[in-house]
Amino acid sequence: MNKTAQIELIVNGEKYFENVPVRMNLADFLRNKLGLTGTHVGCEHGVCGACTIFLDGVTARSCLTLAVQADETEITTIEGYETDKNASDLIKNFHKRNALQCGYCTPGMLASSIEYIEQGNPPDRKKVKEHISGNYCRCTGYQAIVDAICTTIQERQSR
Amino acid sequence: MKAPDFSYEKPTTISDVLALLANNELECQLLAGGQSLMPMMNFRMASPGTLVDISNVSELSGINERDETIEIGAMVRYRELELSEIIKAHCPLVAMVLPYVAHAAIRNRGTIGGSIGLSDPAAELPAVLLVLDGKIEITSEKGIRLEPARTFFKGIYETSCEPDELITKIILPKKHLKQKFGFHEIARRHGDYAMAGVCIAQDIDLKVRVAFFGVADRAVRSIAVEKLLSGNSDLSEQLIKDAQNALNDIEFEGDMNAGPEAKQHIAKVVLERALKEMKNE
Repeated sequence: MNKTAQIELIVNGEKYFENVPVRMNLADFLRNKLGLTGTHVGCEHGVCGACTIFLDGVTARSCLTLAVQADETEITTIEGYETDKNASDLIKNFHKRNALQCGYCTPGMLASSIEYIEQGNPPDRKKVKEHISGNYCRCTGYQAIVDAICTTIQERQSR
Repeated sequence: MKAPDFSYEKPTTISDVLALLANNELECQLLAGGQSLMPMMNFRMASPGTLVDISNVSELSGINERDETIEIGAMVRYRELELSEIIKAHCPLVAMVLPYVAHAAIRNRGTIGGSIGLSDPAAELPAVLLVLDGKIEITSEKGIRLEPARTFFKGIYETSCEPDELITKIILPKKHLKQKFGFHEIARRHGDYAMAGVCIAQDIDLKVRVAFFGVADRAVRSIAVEKLLSGNSDLSEQLIKDAQNALNDIEFEGDMNAGPEAKQHIAKVVLERALKEMKNE
């Protein structure tokens, strides 16, 4: 009976060896075991997107991933976006455009935004909205978020 | 909202997976991408004794081109399908549907085998398999069998797959020249489960297959609509109207989004839009 497991993974550039209960999800692991509380837990069934992180380079819901599934993977969370993902310009534009209302969705919003930009997508509002649709919650901050993403893409293009 | 207690296994070969599945005492549940299973476990709708993580079984990966078919490993994730040149070239309906399958972060993890094996009534891929006449390769310790999609889906979360069986491949016929496809769905939020959706395939001989999802206990074909549309090269406005009116042979079921009458109405709307898009191609 394997109820716990030894896992080895890289989080924000740092290597961790941890013993985890197999039923622990990745969001709880990041928050409670590693103290990386920037990853938010909203609905815990994959709908709200607040817990979205990078797993081996692509976004994933950390509430729908078990910590044990992240064995031998590389994770980036909001704590690593400025340094590991070079997303300081995006974060600056979120700040400048006040691209949030309560801010609970922001860690996941940033993950989805970074993925959209990294994939080389255009500053097309419709496409941006489709890409971040999995992070919609219930506030009114989305236009500003779309602005911040489009501005970042345009700035990078003109650089 | 946490998963109940379970044991965890991560086999690396199909035969090891099958050995685990054959042991009734373990109460195994396969874990592929986990994008539906994890919420079901968090809601305590599912409480397996042993979770069998098949993500390290390399035999279940890969998209391969054969003479007349495309073979897709059960562990192939949606994202891999989206990026695949083989899928773009030979399975255009799959490529049309993928952007509507959940959200990007879900598509990065979710798998084709998981979606087919779950048989969620609102999922797109079962309907795609129905209209493409796809097959499902199922493996157990007794051997390998091929099940056509039309007999595979039995009901809500119910398929012809037995507890000791593993879906190993999804087999889709390659697109023929002049074959045409249609697709449309309506969801409250882009990427959410559709309130109703439709997939259409028109063959060279003008035979048409039409399957709806999100409207009944599983993805279902409308034989009445298919009969009406088959043999017509021109999708005229009148024909589209007649097709909408013929959509009476499905037992529409309501869900938290809409009642049966509303489902039937939305199904007619998606049918009209998909056919008009096919006409304008």
